[in-house]
Amino acid sequence: MAEHEEHIDEMSSHLAPAGPAILAPGHTFATITDKISAVVLSRDTPAAWLLATGGFGLLMMWLLFATAYQLARGIGIWGVNIPVAWGFAIVNFVWWIGIGHAGTLISAILLLLKQKWRNSINRFAEAMTLFAVMCAGYYPVMHLGRPWLAYWLFPYPNTMGVWPQFRSALVWDVFAVSTYFTVSLIFWYQGLIPDLATLRDRSQSKAGRIIYGILAMGWRGSARHWKRYDSSYRLLAGLATPLVVSVHTVVSFDFAIAVVPGWHTSIFPPYFVAGAIYSGFAMVLVLAIPIRRIYGLDDFITTKHLDNCAKLMLATGEIVAYGYIIESFMAWYSGNLYERYMILDRMGGKYSIFYICLISINVFFVQVLWIRRIRRSPALLFLVSVIVLAAMWLERFVIVVQSLHADFLPSSWAMYYPTFWDITQFLGTIGLFAFGMLMFIRFLPMISIFEIRELLPEAHVSLQEVD
Amino acid sequence: MRELPIWGLMAEFTSAADLAIATRRAREAGYRRMDAYSPFGIEAVTEELGFHRTKVPLVCLIGGIFGGLAGFFLQYWIHVLNYPQNIGGRPLNSWVAFIVVTFECTILGASVSALLGMLALNGLPQPYHPVFNVPRFAFASKDRFFLAIQAEDPKFDIHDTFRFLEGLGARDVQEIPN
Repeated sequence: MAEHEEHIDEMSSHLAPAGPAILAPGHTFATITDKISAVVLSRDTPAAWLLATGGFGLLMMWLLFATAYQLARGIGIWGVNIPVAWGFAIVNFVWWIGIGHAGTLISAILLLLKQKWRNSINRFAEAMTLFAVMCAGYYPVMHLGRPWLAYWLFPYPNTMGVWPQFRSALVWDVFAVSTYFTVSLIFWYQGLIPDLATLRDRSQSKAGRIIYGILAMGWRGSARHWKRYDSSYRLLAGLATPLVVSVHTVVSFDFAIAVVPGWHTSIFPPYFVAGAIYSGFAMVLVLAIPIRRIYGLDDFITTKHLDNCAKLMLATGEIVAYGYIIESFMAWYSGNLYERYMILDRMGGKYSIFYICLISINVFFVQVLWIRRIRRSPALLFLVSVIVLAAMWLERFVIVVQSLHADFLPSSWAMYYPTFWDITQFLGTIGLFAFGMLMFIRFLPMISIFEIRELLPEAHVSLQEVD
Repeated sequence: MRELPIWGLMAEFTSAADLAIATRRAREAGYRRMDAYSPFGIEAVTEELGFHRTKVPLVCLIGGIFGGLAGFFLQYWIHVLNYPQNIGGRPLNSWVAFIVVTFECTILGASVSALLGMLALNGLPQPYHPVFNVPRFAFASKDRFFLAIQAEDPKFDIHDTFRFLEGLGARDVQEIPN
């Protein structure tokens, strides 16, 4: 039997050439499994988790109340009217859906690019995507005015004999966002299956074994299963890659297809996608930095991860800055009276304070990320990320509101002011998002256990036959 | 099929490399009805089992083509056949405007079939499988590597196979009750 000689070359740790590693040294398959699954299986819940869940849970309750109130009263409780009919609802929709994009970028595009550092952050970034898309989806549905008829958006045979208008960008949006949510859910769930099996086998409680057991669907880690699993996982990544680029492109079509000055530009699709990823990475950092601190997961989410996320944020931030420049340039270069007025009003009109804020943050302030010390300092990076999230929200506010408030006819110009309900509903969606994330952290492995195992050098085996 | 007293024998290994070598030895010894279990996918082991191709990409492709065609013809049927609207003489089959929904349906069809295809080909969900009868098998989702040879393999002999597996440097060899 031993005519053949086997050579086992375990790939040496070329994963971490210099600087901080993507996985702290000294870990084995067992320690990785125990450390990550302990967060879920432990009976002790950190006080910070309870506090956060209580606080954000209250905000979420407020969202429920505000929604009920709105269903009773209609969208008149919002500040929207003609000419600014889109207001906070669409600002928040675009902001939330943009945040989701970083999750898909990390899980799909970085997987295809073999960026191994993604293995530590993909799981919770995907969960972030799901909850962000839920918050995003809330707004257009409520904005319908009669949200209980939202199913009219789907083409189903009905007694009225009518169909959705497929030439409308708003119907494209329905398909883009619902597909995005479904595919993100599929990708996330498939990634969870082996880890759910781990939890099933580790759980000490009967309920845990039953629930995780059902969710794991009898996964047993068979080599044949792994092969099909890997194939399907990569296919999903390949499918999610064009999808993620398409979603914010379609969202930008909601604007770019219209004739409103400030919306009708061809830079919008790439500019929206870059802005989405930029704000998404900011949200990844806003979530990752406290999580690694509270749960002591610095071994898995190292400064290398923070550094890489910050670099991606900086790179996409530069694309966004380019978008601002082209937007202004085209307004001048087009020679179009309305476009030119729009950009001058944006810079010096009644909403100019927001424009100045967003430009000074997204174009100038974000350049601090060139400094390595800031990229590697969790506290400073957290601060920069929060500021970036706020600036990206302002960007969407300026695009939606400032463009609409003064269009072709001066007689119809009017200011838009958000109401109490606008503002608190937005805070409510933050509550929903954070509450969802907190539930996810408590009940599911927030870091992909099997993909972290693959980071260990001893996970890589190649048998070479020598005759 | 005659009822076998046990489902098979299971050897436990402590490293991925040991499992890969053991799988190769078992294949060379003529065993075919066997499977390896590990806490993450190991390409070398799958290759040694002689499992080189999966049908998942094909299922995904078919799902994608079906989704795309369904998406496009849904719009075509609605706007050209079932409810044509003449708006300023513009063409009814305005296919450029149909691209977005066609694309989304393609991705949706392909993704759903990639997941369901993977699960179906793997025979999941599967509530019961004999390997779970071995208590140590719980470590297959943690840090241990297992090779199971089924009793229905023609070369299987409870004593010979037991000794063979022990000879592969297994930490432990156990019977898998049916």
